[in-house]
Amino acid sequence: MNRLQQKLQEDKKLLSIYFTAGFPSLNDTVSIIEDLEKNGVDLIEIGLPFSDPLADGPTIQASSTQALKNGMTTEILFNQLKDIRKTVNIPLIIMGYFNPMLQYGVEAFCKQCQEIGIDGLIIPDLPVDVYHDEYKAIFDKYGLINVFLITPQTSEERIRYIDSISNGFIYMVSSASVTGSQSGFGDEQTAYFKRIADMNLKNPQIVGFGINNNETFTQATTYAKGAIIGSAFIKHASSEKLDTIGDFVNTILQ
Amino acid sequence: MNYNVNEKGYYGEFGGAFIPEMLYPNVEELRQNYLKVMAEPSFQEEFNQLLKDYVGRPSPLYFAKRLSEKYNTKIYLKREDLNHTGAHKINNTIGQILMAKRLGKTRIIAETGAGQHGVATATVCALMGLECIVYMGEVDIARQAPNVARMKMLGASVVPAKSGSRTLKDATNEAIRDWINNPVNTHYIIGSAIGPHPYPDMVTRFQSVISEEIKWQLKEHEGRENPDYVVACIGGGSNAAGTYYHFLHEKDVNIIAVEAAGHGVDSGESAATSVLGKEGVIHGCKTLLMQTKDGQITEPYSISAGLDYPGVGPMHAHLCKTGRAEFMAITDDDAMNAGLELCKLEGIIPAIESSHALAIFEQKSFKPDDIVVVSLSGRGDKDLQNYIDYFGF
Ligand SMILES: Cc1ncc(COP(=O)(O)O)c(C=O)c1O
Repeated sequence: MNRLQQKLQEDKKLLSIYFTAGFPSLNDTVSIIEDLEKNGVDLIEIGLPFSDPLADGPTIQASSTQALKNGMTTEILFNQLKDIRKTVNIPLIIMGYFNPMLQYGVEAFCKQCQEIGIDGLIIPDLPVDVYHDEYKAIFDKYGLINVFLITPQTSEERIRYIDSISNGFIYMVSSASVTGSQSGFGDEQTAYFKRIADMNLKNPQIVGFGINNNETFTQATTYAKGAIIGSAFIKHASSEKLDTIGDFVNTILQ
Repeated sequence: MNYNVNEKGYYGEFGGAFIPEMLYPNVEELRQNYLKVMAEPSFQEEFNQLLKDYVGRPSPLYFAKRLSEKYNTKIYLKREDLNHTGAHKINNTIGQILMAKRLGKTRIIAETGAGQHGVATATVCALMGLECIVYMGEVDIARQAPNVARMKMLGASVVPAKSGSRTLKDATNEAIRDWINNPVNTHYIIGSAIGPHPYPDMVTRFQSVISEEIKWQLKEHEGRENPDYVVACIGGGSNAAGTYYHFLHEKDVNIIAVEAAGHGVDSGESAATSVLGKEGVIHGCKTLLMQTKDGQITEPYSISAGLDYPGVGPMHAHLCKTGRAEFMAITDDDAMNAGLELCKLEGIIPAIESSHALAIFEQKSFKPDDIVVVSLSGRGDKDLQNYIDYFGF
């Protein structure tokens, strides 16, 4: 069982934070990860920046553009993370779009991840079927967990299929939207969270998109195992307030 | 060798649907329905009627006598420039708006670069009384003011894409994001033979009327259906796909694809994807695309906004890889001169995109009895300012 699977078995609601590697400055990656762990974050998604992030709203787009301007590359990210397991114990996931991985070589990418101690990947534009037919064997070989998304529009049949080929958690997109474009959850989201909870899936679910404060975190984790914060954290980080990461995390967890 | 799409949405190794899960229901709905809907007699009837009475089809196949004399071969021009709204783009938007209506969609989104596809989309939305939102890069909005005005007159909202390089690629990203945000009532009318399956195939089928007409028109002119060459410019590749479609499996027909070389293929300012591109994933499909070693998509350059795209449709990537099509790259200068030459020799002002296809005659010789059909994909009205600036009229 890898770190991620172990974490998912702990008897608590999990807070996951997404940040874009290379933002606000190229070399902030390691200190952000260490600070997040120190302040009680359970799981981290390290964003590999991409020029054309289709599923992201303005905040993550802007952080990706800045990270690329700062010079971030796949190679540099792997170098920065080389010794991360000497200081950090919580599960780490790399989240990125498919093309940079394809150019690096999917197998070489997975191998690097294993050597560093990355536990899983989230690749929003790698479809489930293509993963299953072409890449699953490689992910398995390097002990990597691939995380799939579901949305309020995903059919029950497809959710069951995704559940059947997942072995970590299911990333529940809170509503039909790109990242960062929500303000609060209404009845519709609650009904969706409940509907998924009632399906009794084998994989726990973690809610992402639109979580930005204690209220939305609590709403999401009433039904789900955890919640992921992305844009709200990046907004905090972009104001150069990296030394106040603890305050940010505390306002979420209260 | 099969050059059409297979049942999984691939042309050889290219194509597929590399989309985030948020788009899966939309794209899947389209995939399950597009062939069925297109085969319905009532769809066919309405589509053909509109192409005839509204677009003005068939577009003429014109024997360009003076141009042919100059290059000592037989050149025919397929006059897509004479279509309503001035380019081939309308063939696709008519088809897709009818598709959208049958799928019960009430809101239409589109991306546009030069504004031709935006105008063609705004036009069919006005025709059908549907809401229309067109995404256009901020830079292109400034460069293409007349087309922005046209879209607004036709009732569309033009939304500036402010991310990235603020051109066609970014407008496409914004349109895709809009679709993610509006998964139920919205249809995305993609403007070229790009995007996730089934878009490249659907757009190709709507544009295939071009080669369908060429066949019977050439029979009337020359007593045979197959030319020796078909030639078209390639941005994403929709006019090319339509021009080639019925000849793909005719071995005696040579296919020439013309890309924009910008300031020269090796100048760092070019859009010649077949030379500069590598296999990758852009806007939902695996194809050839211009990118850094690290897989970041790079900004192409061409004087022609319609060819200024960092990828080509997956069908063309396959035609390139298999050698079925010959790819040529034409610089800004050669295209502009070829455009002016057509004005002088034939009295036709072509779109700068189409001028790229016309410029091959300076680079490649043909036999006197070769029949070469060139897709004249659009007219030059939209490019007047460009021609004025370039030639200093
Ligand atoms: C006149 C004309 N030709 C060609 C193109 C290129 O598009 P495609 O390659 O899809 O035919 C455009 C695009 O705007 C156009 O306006």
